[in-house]
Amino acid sequence: MNDSGAVLTVGSHGKKKLSRIRPWVMLVTPLVAILFQVYVPLYIPLLQHLELPLLVTLYFGIARRSPIGGALIGAGIGLVQDSLSYQPIGILGIVKTLIGYTAASLGVRLDTGHQAVRFTLGALFFLVHQLLYGALRQVLLGAPSGLDLLPTLAAALANGVVAIPLFYLLDRLKEDR
Amino acid sequence: MGSLLTRYRSLSFLLLLLLAQLILVAYQVKTSQDVRLLRLWTVGSVTPMARLLDSLNARASLFVKDYFLLVGVRQQNRRLVSEADRLKMENQFLRSELATADRARTLGLFQARTPSRTVAARVISTGAGATPKVVFVDRGSTAGVRAGMAVINADGVVGKVTAAYPAAAQVLLITDPNFAAGVISARNRVQGTLKGVSSSTCKVDYLQNEEKVDVGEWFYTSGEDRIFPRGLPVGQVKSVASGATFKEVMLSPSGVTRGLEEVLIVLEGVHQTLSEAEAAQPGSAPLLPVPPDEQPQAPVAVPGSSAPVVGTDADRLVDQYRKAAESRGRGYGDTPLPAKTPPVKP
Repeated sequence: MNDSGAVLTVGSHGKKKLSRIRPWVMLVTPLVAILFQVYVPLYIPLLQHLELPLLVTLYFGIARRSPIGGALIGAGIGLVQDSLSYQPIGILGIVKTLIGYTAASLGVRLDTGHQAVRFTLGALFFLVHQLLYGALRQVLLGAPSGLDLLPTLAAALANGVVAIPLFYLLDRLKEDR
Repeated sequence: MGSLLTRYRSLSFLLLLLLAQLILVAYQVKTSQDVRLLRLWTVGSVTPMARLLDSLNARASLFVKDYFLLVGVRQQNRRLVSEADRLKMENQFLRSELATADRARTLGLFQARTPSRTVAARVISTGAGATPKVVFVDRGSTAGVRAGMAVINADGVVGKVTAAYPAAAQVLLITDPNFAAGVISARNRVQGTLKGVSSSTCKVDYLQNEEKVDVGEWFYTSGEDRIFPRGLPVGQVKSVASGATFKEVMLSPSGVTRGLEEVLIVLEGVHQTLSEAEAAQPGSAPLLPVPPDEQPQAPVAVPGSSAPVVGTDADRLVDQYRKAAESRGRGYGDTPLPAKTPPVKP
């Protein structure tokens, strides 16, 4: 991985190719994810458990494989989410910074092109996200964590499932080099 | 040191980024001040898009309904619905004409009340986070909305405005754990503090275990918080259990159970007056005065005394004893103690 954003990926047939995330995708995707999160649950309340900004952070982290880039993207998305919520700015920023950094560090070591890996990452990182978020709220703000085990587990599975087509779609938006 | 930072460049950067955000959070918690500029930019850029999406969605659904689904039937249905509404209103009017004296008294009470001044608003987006407990409405400070104003709908209390931006306002929903409002039960008249919990329920806190609350009983706003006018329906009791210190009363909030589309923001509550608190906090909604039946009682004047008696029960009792002593020609507290106290039996 270099700073221009080019990444070496291994295709389904074992072919290696160099691809790059387009700059507009880096800008538009987080915005769409946040808009989805603030608008769609108004009509389909069940979708409020879908953490698209987290999945986008995760994708950019593992695709770019740059821990610094991942942390920056995570911080940016988290801070925007914080601005739209009723809590001090920085809570979701800290959580997503850690997620972005960890995802990028894992992206170097794992074959993140495999769908089972993507499902696991989506579900696992959602759980980590919720746990960190609840813990930070409790420790820094003294607020209740609001974590319910079963709904959180169900939401983690749902996020894992959604991660597969979302990552596939974002893969299609990459440009080959 | 420099080589260490270069060697662990990513980790150092991560720690720096986390530290910066921690300081930001600490600053906001310590000073209770918000980073308003950042919020203003974000809300200013997100809400127009949400509004655009909302408008596109409304137009698209209207288009589909009007052009692809039986235009005539839809118009006829609309006419019949409005006719049914008119008939319902007529029926209601005739019923009210035939109502009993109790009904007339209730109507009189309603008439005596000054109606709150409200502004209608449409919910255009929810807050961020996995389980958002805030929504954004399309009315902001330009429409007179200010932080701290009550938000209601026909079914009951919805929440309160936590931040007002020029063209939008953030509303903290009744189900948020940070939400609190004074409530009173309809049947047993017990008062407590309503708080949100993580799911779509609320709890009434600070009710003594001895106080009586029934399942199915309605709770209304008490007006004690001086934000919500007294008498707005809040919700129905789902479960009651005795707790370690306080009773655990769970409510099903009536204002948010059927989903949120349109709400009313109370610009001017009933009996609202300008208070010193408003002058101290410019930009925030003024607090309502204490509800009428909670106003402190006027001091009781003592005959023959220039100073009025402070209106506590103990003071009134002392005053009663003083009067009794004076009627017997003695001063209060002049009665000598018995010479010998009776022996205490083991």
